[in-house]
Amino acid sequence: MEFLAYFGDVFAPVNFGLLLIGTIGGLILGATPGLSPTMAVALLIPFTFRLEPAQGLILLGAAYTSTVAGGAVSAILLKIPGAPANIATTLDGHTMAQKGEGARALQLSFLASAVGGVFGVLLLIFLTPVLAQWALAFGPSHLFWLAILGVTVIGSLDSSSVVKGLLSGCIGLWLATIGFDDIMGAQRFIFHSSLSGGINVIPALIGLFAIPQVISMFAKGRRRLDAEVLSVARHPIGAAVREVFGRLRALSIGTITGSIIGLIPGVGGQIAGLVAYDQAKKLSPERAKFGTGHSEGVIAAESANNAMVGPSLVPLLTLSIPGSPTAAVLLGGLLIHGIFPGSDLFDNYPDVAWTFINAMLVGQILMCLFGLYVAGLAAKVAQVPNNVMAAVVLGLAVFGSYSVQNSMGDVNVMMALGTGMYFLERFGFSAAPLVLGLILGPIAEANFIQGSMIANATSSVGAYFFTGGLNLVLIGIVIASIAYSVWMELRSRRVVTKDDAVAKAEAAL
Amino acid sequence: MRTLPRTQHILASGLVAGVGLAVAYLSYTQEPRDAFLFPRLISTVFVVLALWTFGKAVLGRTKVGNGLTGAELIRILPGLIVALVLVYGSAKALGFYTATTGAFFILISLYDPAPHGALRSWVRRLIVTAGFWAVMYGLFAVLLNVFTPREIFF
Repeated sequence: MEFLAYFGDVFAPVNFGLLLIGTIGGLILGATPGLSPTMAVALLIPFTFRLEPAQGLILLGAAYTSTVAGGAVSAILLKIPGAPANIATTLDGHTMAQKGEGARALQLSFLASAVGGVFGVLLLIFLTPVLAQWALAFGPSHLFWLAILGVTVIGSLDSSSVVKGLLSGCIGLWLATIGFDDIMGAQRFIFHSSLSGGINVIPALIGLFAIPQVISMFAKGRRRLDAEVLSVARHPIGAAVREVFGRLRALSIGTITGSIIGLIPGVGGQIAGLVAYDQAKKLSPERAKFGTGHSEGVIAAESANNAMVGPSLVPLLTLSIPGSPTAAVLLGGLLIHGIFPGSDLFDNYPDVAWTFINAMLVGQILMCLFGLYVAGLAAKVAQVPNNVMAAVVLGLAVFGSYSVQNSMGDVNVMMALGTGMYFLERFGFSAAPLVLGLILGPIAEANFIQGSMIANATSSVGAYFFTGGLNLVLIGIVIASIAYSVWMELRSRRVVTKDDAVAKAEAAL
Repeated sequence: MRTLPRTQHILASGLVAGVGLAVAYLSYTQEPRDAFLFPRLISTVFVVLALWTFGKAVLGRTKVGNGLTGAELIRILPGLIVALVLVYGSAKALGFYTATTGAFFILISLYDPAPHGALRSWVRRLIVTAGFWAVMYGLFAVLLNVFTPREIFF
């Protein structure tokens, strides 16, 4: 119950103010089609430089939580999901809005999000210290395999092609080696003076997530956004509360499914809503009503989306292994403040860690309260034309990456990586494993070198890295995740991959 | 239409394989050896996966990725050129705020579905651009105190 000792810190004026800004801003950003939670958090990182570590993380955490929930606004009112995570919400939410029940759909969506989100953060609170204690037993070989596991799991599960996903991870691992070697001081792959200090993670994240989105908006050309914002009639909030808790089956299916999916590195919220929606439909006696504006569909999808947020941070805070692209961006936010998450995070920085987690808990409630009031404004912002959005994101990306260390080289790297990533994505490569490779590369290399030194002094390198129960378990998981993905790809039944699920759901809309 | 993505896949995967081979070559030939131990490990996997992908592309068995159509490329190119000129040229030469505001105005004009002949839409674009400049200046120069290159303009 250590977290209770730091609960009051959330309500310090600056912290609470940032929590409010992050929550309201996140709701509006989340409602904007094309601005994914990952990209929104990446673009916000430069604004945290001048803040205390806990304050910066409060802003980023609140934005992460509320962008996921905010995506439901445009899904319900415009039939345009704010993020892939909200696709399942569109199926019943927009139909409800068409029937004049937009306010009810929004209320159910935010209430279910809050219930799922609170459950997910409670899991984070109670699982993290346990796992952190367990992680103390990890040596260099285990941490090396964990870093490789982070890249391979996301590479194989998050991509439509296992080989291209793993190849993207390899590119990320290679990019992480650019610059001066930490031990020997040797120059590696420095083809241009911009790269002499290596690739800074923050501009790389901004480039890899924001620039492909900007170019995708260019690709739409001079198209007018013809989505109609449906009007929202009044609906008593008390009735919505009773309905959410009256649909306990859908709520618990969404919450539990989202939490489990959140814990699995690489799977993330993109599919949590779809899987929960599917399960709720299968287990409901009213399954015929799904797709016709049934409240269970909205409740299951939205509770799952937010339930996955907390658990997706467990591997990050305990093992320094980000389990999702957004967690990787949050890791970038921690690193710029000199905080290295891991087993000793709660010993070295308990105030930062617990204030951040507590703020996410309070943020879920605020998101629910403000969501209902901001929905109308957010739906209007969601109608900002593509051309303006692309130009704004480009401007923020340029200024944001420059402000990291006042370096034009960072801006050049950001643009080069982002442009390259757009074209690679068109050929089936994926940004998520590349980012994970870039972030986990230094962890993998440092532990590989350290492990090799220990191995040379004690046994052989092979024996050190390939024997021992924990090593074998981790290697087993790496192999199993790749084998499972290959098997599913061969059988063309990879419905759990993000791209497939998104494509299928979009086709169904 | 079926041959276009295949040719594109061959080019894209060939480029990735070329990068992989170059990384592997440098990793195995550069000194000191210990500094390139990890790059050797990953470049080996990189090359194997890249050659596998290239082989599949050559055989026409690539199933993932739609490539780019000519129409998409034509729509992308103007915006991409403006963005590249901003980052690699004008931001440093003209100053960050001038260059970014100019790029913003060009981009919203290029991709605006509103008619280019109407005076009203130009006025609206100018107002939106002025708003953008004010927000960026307020955020980065006033709030974050980031000193950006001002160069010949601002």
